Amino acid sequence: MIEVQHVTKRYGRFTAVDDLSFQVERGEILGFLGPNGAGKTTTMRILTGYLPATEGRARIAGFDIFDQPLEAKRRTGYLPETPPLYPEMTVGDYLQFVARINGVPAGDRQTYVRAAMERTNITDMVERYCGKLSKGYRQRVGLAQALLHNPDVLILDEPTAGLDPRQIIETRRLITELAGDHTIILSTHILPEVSQTCQRVVIINRGQVVAVDSPDNLTARLQGSQSLYLQLDPSGQDPIPALETLDGVVNVSLTEQRDHVTGLRIELAPGRDLRREISHTVVTNGWGLLELRAQQMSLEDIFLQLTTEEGSDDEPSSASSELVSTAEPDHGSEEQTHG
Amino acid sequence: MGNIIALAHKELRAYFVSPIAYVLLVFFALLFGWFYVAGINLMVQLSMGQFGMGGPQVVNVNEFMIRPLFGNTAVILLFLLPMLTMRSYAEEKRSGTMELLLTSPLSDFQIIMGKFVGALALYVLMLAVTLIHIGILFWYGEPEWGPIFTGYLGLLLMGGAFISVGLAISSMTKNQIVAGVATFAVLLLFWIINWIGDSSGTTTQNVLAYLSILEHFDDFSKGVIDTEHVTYYLSFIGMGLFLTAKSMDMERWNG
Repeated sequence: MIEVQHVTKRYGRFTAVDDLSFQVERGEILGFLGPNGAGKTTTMRILTGYLPATEGRARIAGFDIFDQPLEAKRRTGYLPETPPLYPEMTVGDYLQFVARINGVPAGDRQTYVRAAMERTNITDMVERYCGKLSKGYRQRVGLAQALLHNPDVLILDEPTAGLDPRQIIETRRLITELAGDHTIILSTHILPEVSQTCQRVVIINRGQVVAVDSPDNLTARLQGSQSLYLQLDPSGQDPIPALETLDGVVNVSLTEQRDHVTGLRIELAPGRDLRREISHTVVTNGWGLLELRAQQMSLEDIFLQLTTEEGSDDEPSSASSELVSTAEPDHGSEEQTHG
Repeated sequence: MGNIIALAHKELRAYFVSPIAYVLLVFFALLFGWFYVAGINLMVQLSMGQFGMGGPQVVNVNEFMIRPLFGNTAVILLFLLPMLTMRSYAEEKRSGTMELLLTSPLSDFQIIMGKFVGALALYVLMLAVTLIHIGILFWYGEPEWGPIFTGYLGLLLMGGAFISVGLAISSMTKNQIVAGVATFAVLLLFWIINWIGDSSGTTTQNVLAYLSILEHFDDFSKGVIDTEHVTYYLSFIGMGLFLTAKSMDMERWNG
C-alpha cells in the first residue's frame, strides 16, 4: 500500500533522510519511532507530497507521489504535528471545507463530516471556533480532518500529543479500529503506544532505518542474554561470590544497596532458567529473599540502545549491530538536527 | 473550478471574521468620501467663479469631479491593498494550514487562483461601496456613464495588479508585517519609477514611464480603453501570479 524506495532528502549539505526504504501492507499499522530530529516528520511530509524528495520514489496505493501527486493525495489523510486548523472557522465549517477540497461530492459532505466527528468524539464542538479549542480538541479535530474523506492511507504525526490519558486511550482504540480499512503510519515518541497499537515498528535515527520489526520480535531479538533481578537481605554478608559460582551465571552486578536491602542484576547464559538454584542458594545461606523476577527489556531500552551513539555507553553493542541493516554510523559529519 | 471557488470562499470568510475586511471597507469609504466632498467643493467654487463672469454655466462633472476622484482613489488603494494581501500566504505558513492545502488534492494553480479571487472579491466589494457616491452624482447631476464605467474597469485592473504583487510577496515570508511593508514599498516604487531618469536619455525614460503603474490608469479615468493599458495590467497580474507559483515551488524544495 505504501512503498518507500531509497528516499533521500537533503537541505543544502544537511541530509535529513538518508536512503530510506520500507513498505507498509494494506491494513497494517506501522509505528515510526526515532529521537527528535531523526527525520520522522520529514519522511511523513515526503509521503504526503508536502515536500519533494531529493532522490528516490514513494508510492501510495500504487500512485507515485511525485508523478501523480493529486491521485496519491486523494488517497491520503494527514495529521501534521500541529493540527492545521483555521482559527476563524467553526469546527463544522472547517470540516465542510476539508471535505470540499478533498473532492467529497456535495450531497455526501454532511454525512462524511458527521461520521468523522462521531468517530473522534467532537460532535458537541460543531459550533465552536477552531481558535478557541483546547489542545486535546484541536488534536481531535485534526484527526477528524485526516480521516474525513475515508482515505486508504492515514499518516499521523504524533496523534496523541497533547491529549489527556483518557483521550490517549480513546485515540489509540480509534486508530486500532481504523486499521482494517486503512493503512496507517504513525509517528510517536511514546513507546508504549507503539507496542500497544502497531504491528510493525520502524526505528530511524539520523535519517536512516535502524530496525524494522514487530514490537515483540524487536524485544526478543535484542535480548541476547536473559537477566534476573534479585533483591535480598544478605544480613551483612556479600552475596555476590556465592551467586557467581553457580553454573550458568555469566555476571552479577550490584544495582542498589540500602540498609538491609541489596539489589542485584544477574545475567544468565542463553536458554538457562536458574530461578530455583538462585532462590535455593539465598535460602541456604540464611539471607532474606525479597524479590526475584525476570527482567523484560522494554521498548525504551531497545530504543535507547539502537539510537544512542556508540562508544558512549556500556550496552551490548553486539546485540544492536545484528539489527543494523543499512546503517553505517557516520559520526562527526552532521551533528545538528533539523526541525 | 469547484476547488478555486471553495478556496476563494474560505479566503473571503477569513477576511470577514477577522476585523481586516471591516477596517478596509470603513477606511476606504471614509477616504473616498473625503476626496468626494473635496471634489464637490472644488466644483462648486468653479461654477461660482464662472457665475461671476457672465451667467451660471454647467461645469463638466466628469472632467472636474470624477476624473480627479478616480486618480485619488488609485493612490488610496496603493496604501490600502497591501493590507488586504499581506496575510494571505504568510498567515497560512505561520499557522501550518499551508500544510493542509499542500497535502490536499489541490494544484498550485488552484491554490493561487483561490487566493487571488478571494482577495479580488473583497476588493470589488470595496469598490461597490463607492457606487453610492457616484449614484448621488447621477441623482443631482448628469454625468456621462461611459468614463465612469471605464474608470471602474481601470480600478479593477489596477487593483488586480496590486493584489498579484501582494500575493507574490506574501508567499515569500511567514511574517504578515514584512509582507505588508514590502508590498507597499514595491507598489510605491512602481508608482514613482518614472520620477527619476529625466536626465538619462529617452529610451530609459520611455521604459520607466511604461512601467509606472499609475501612468496607465489615466486613460481609463478619461473614458478611454486602450489595449496597451489593458495588456499592461493583465501582464502585470500574470507576472505576479507566476512569481507566486515560483515562490511556492521554491519553498517546497528548500522546505
